[in-house]
Amino acid sequence: MWIYEKKLQYPVKVSKCDPRLAKYLIEQYGGADGELAAALRYLNQRYTIPDKVIGLLTDIGTEEFAHLEMIATMVYKLTKDATPEQLREAGLGEHYADHSYALYYHNAAGHPFTITYIQAKGDPIADLYEDIAAEEKARATYQWLIDLTDDVDLQDSLRFLREREVIHSQRFREAVEILKDHEGEKKVF
Amino acid sequence: MTHHPMPKEYYRLLYELQAVDFVLVELTLYLDTHPDDTQALHEFHQYQRRKQGLTQQFEQAFGPLHEFGNSPVGARWTWAESPWPWQV
Repeated sequence: MWIYEKKLQYPVKVSKCDPRLAKYLIEQYGGADGELAAALRYLNQRYTIPDKVIGLLTDIGTEEFAHLEMIATMVYKLTKDATPEQLREAGLGEHYADHSYALYYHNAAGHPFTITYIQAKGDPIADLYEDIAAEEKARATYQWLIDLTDDVDLQDSLRFLREREVIHSQRFREAVEILKDHEGEKKVF
Repeated sequence: MTHHPMPKEYYRLLYELQAVDFVLVELTLYLDTHPDDTQALHEFHQYQRRKQGLTQQFEQAFGPLHEFGNSPVGARWTWAESPWPWQV
């Protein structure tokens, strides 16, 4: 069960119409290391991971959906006032031809989201290391996106998201240690 | 689809709520891996009380934040009304 909150996790302010930036930001919407991939990866791993870390996967997976909504809000606000001509100039002509102003789960290069981006190994350590890597890759992507814009309001929201990746990575590293300790305890008997 | 300019008070309360919620998200993830940290748990209780107060204030002025029965509703159903978070 999930309950929706009618608010963003962190404010998203957009000072100007910039469809080119939206084209880049979509990487974190439907890209390999994006928020959708993250949410689906963690929530799916919960069923076969030791009980001690199910809570963490549930909470981080849930937070990823809040991040997905922030990215969607950025893309929406950056494109809603653009003319089809401006979209075409920004490299979004192909997008407009198929989706008009709708958002779509694809990456910055236009490749549709695929579940083959993520793995579920059924081995707790392998799964958690994939999660740590996913957070580090998302952190790097946010840095490249911050470098691609001079909009200070958007940079602020992107920095928030980048910092969340750092925290998630830290918590997943602690989860690995919890499982290792747990494993050690069991061997004593 | 449209943009909904909201009164200053909406943004002020929302921002305060987002700040308190940030602490609670942070503490939630921290407590998931440090469940025996009593200081963190104490802070969680503190911020949870602040969240409850702010939520009540916000909902009285601008309508429910959660539904499926998790926010109070008045005589009229306003949950499905704009603005949605990406419209403000």
